[in-house]
Amino acid sequence: MTSDSEFARERLLLTTAAGGSRRRHRQWNALLREPGTALGLFLVMSLLLAGLLAPWLPLDDPTDINLPERLLSPSPEHLLGTDHLGRDTFSRIIHGARMTLLAAAATLVLSMTIALTVGLLSGYHGGWPDTALMGVVDLLLAFPSLILALAVAGALGPGLFNVLLAAGAVWWVGHARIIRGITLGARKMEYVTAARAAGAGNLRIILRHIAPNILGPIIVIASLDVGWIILGIAGLSFLGLGAQPPTPEWGAMLNDARPHLQTAPRLLLLPGAAIFVAVLGFNLLGDGLRDLLDPRTRRPGAD
Amino acid sequence: MGAYLVRRLATLPLMLLGISAVSFALLNLAPGDPAEIVLRQRNPGQMPSPAAVSAMRVELGLDTPLPAQYVRWISRALTGDMGRSYVTERPVAAQLARRTVPTLLLTAAALGLALLVAVPVGILSARRRGGVVDVIARLAALVGAAAPSYALAFGLIILFAVKLSWLPALGYGSAAQAVLPAIALSLAPMAQLMRLIRASMLEVLGQDYIRTARAKGLSEQTVVIWHALRNALLPAIGATGVNLGYLLSGAVIVETIFTWPGLGQLMVGAALTRDYPVVQGFVTYIAVVVLLANLAADIALRIADPRLRYEREEV
Repeated sequence: MTSDSEFARERLLLTTAAGGSRRRHRQWNALLREPGTALGLFLVMSLLLAGLLAPWLPLDDPTDINLPERLLSPSPEHLLGTDHLGRDTFSRIIHGARMTLLAAAATLVLSMTIALTVGLLSGYHGGWPDTALMGVVDLLLAFPSLILALAVAGALGPGLFNVLLAAGAVWWVGHARIIRGITLGARKMEYVTAARAAGAGNLRIILRHIAPNILGPIIVIASLDVGWIILGIAGLSFLGLGAQPPTPEWGAMLNDARPHLQTAPRLLLLPGAAIFVAVLGFNLLGDGLRDLLDPRTRRPGAD
Repeated sequence: MGAYLVRRLATLPLMLLGISAVSFALLNLAPGDPAEIVLRQRNPGQMPSPAAVSAMRVELGLDTPLPAQYVRWISRALTGDMGRSYVTERPVAAQLARRTVPTLLLTAAALGLALLVAVPVGILSARRRGGVVDVIARLAALVGAAAPSYALAFGLIILFAVKLSWLPALGYGSAAQAVLPAIALSLAPMAQLMRLIRASMLEVLGQDYIRTARAKGLSEQTVVIWHALRNALLPAIGATGVNLGYLLSGAVIVETIFTWPGLGQLMVGAALTRDYPVVQGFVTYIAVVVLLANLAADIALRIADPRLRYEREEV
């Protein structure tokens, strides 16, 4: 977290200018030709579909306890078998996608709202609010985010809602600084001076002239972030702070299955694989979007 | 260098004060009365009487205004007294100290393992770009970044402890017991370091001074190790804080799974029982460690990279 690399990143994101729509179209095609990105898009779309449609799919009730059918091996009736309370694992994994996506989306919206507010205020206004807010950011960067989220979630008490509040409350810190950097650069542009000379108010300048600069980087940051957020929230649920039984959530399912490590390792490996696939999908898509929206990384040599 | 060091050290007390304020605020903004939580912890299943709650509030010093509580907490912390656990009533500082050694052993082993794999693979990957090693390494880095450490840990336990019975799954005390947790903890920083070293190695290998070194007739090995690697490792030093964050966050989860009696396990237990003094002490401790590690890394970077030294001192 040296300031030098931070500056390099800000400068790099600044170059993310909007191109013509025809160029965009070509770029989208290029995006899909990249096998990794195409796979990422496919995984994310499948996940979204599963999450959206879960309640309407012909699945068993994910919380329906059926003790005579406990710990069954996979069969045509229960594609992935049943867990220690006789619940259908396949149904719980699919419903888990819904939980995971909802929680990740809520966390993303919360953290991005804070990051945008702090970053825009800091970068646009400057002066003492900038100094104060960036001081807070510097301080918070000393706390590893998962540990801070764990402390906040512990203070608020167990529950999925508290965990996403905690994750949202700690996740914005680095982003606020990036948004501040872009705003700071955009504010000095001639078109902003021109708009101000033409009598545009602060709000209009921020929305019409500064926000478009931030949009590209925000999309890249958000798509690369989802994977981390999913890992973090499932991790907190796994530790017992997030989703509580019987909620079908992947991290909580892992935690639930710990006593059955020897007898039914499938119950641990399946939710673990689900988290892995979801994170991999978002990471691949995020890498692709970054290459698309960030011209600098397309030069040879960069990863 | 001297002026820089003085400037950095001068801001240190201010940062430490800020860190303590954040840790303090964090738990005092939480809903619920700690006095009631303590009483419920000690007498489970009973509703504490209002008289007992107010007595406990006095005992814990919660009857004074928040600023006074903060001043008392910080002045005691400066003398090494971080309060007592609500649950076990043992001193927090002593618990943190006792649990530091296992966490230090585990994170050091994991970091060593990560570097041992990441440095050579990163170099090979960059030197033969698009080659077999490169393709496999990049796939592995992708997998390593997406795989949750908790699922990996269980995968390792199932394979090496349950199916193959090669290694013990749980516990602390022997080197064999450290193998699986160290591997589980090392994968995330390993993937990150490998990507970093590969990228910076690619950048460095294209520099003029590498061409000069080759033109001088130095052997390829000398060029790569003494001219390229030295510079390619600089971003890795710069990422010390990030990697420490990975390791400590990972330790929280890995220690819980492998029943490793370190700081992470202490923190999870404390968070689950709302043992505020322990959570507060742990969070402050970790933030101070990360802050000092970042400072050490920045100074090391300045010693290793003369370019940075001149740049800053002219300002």
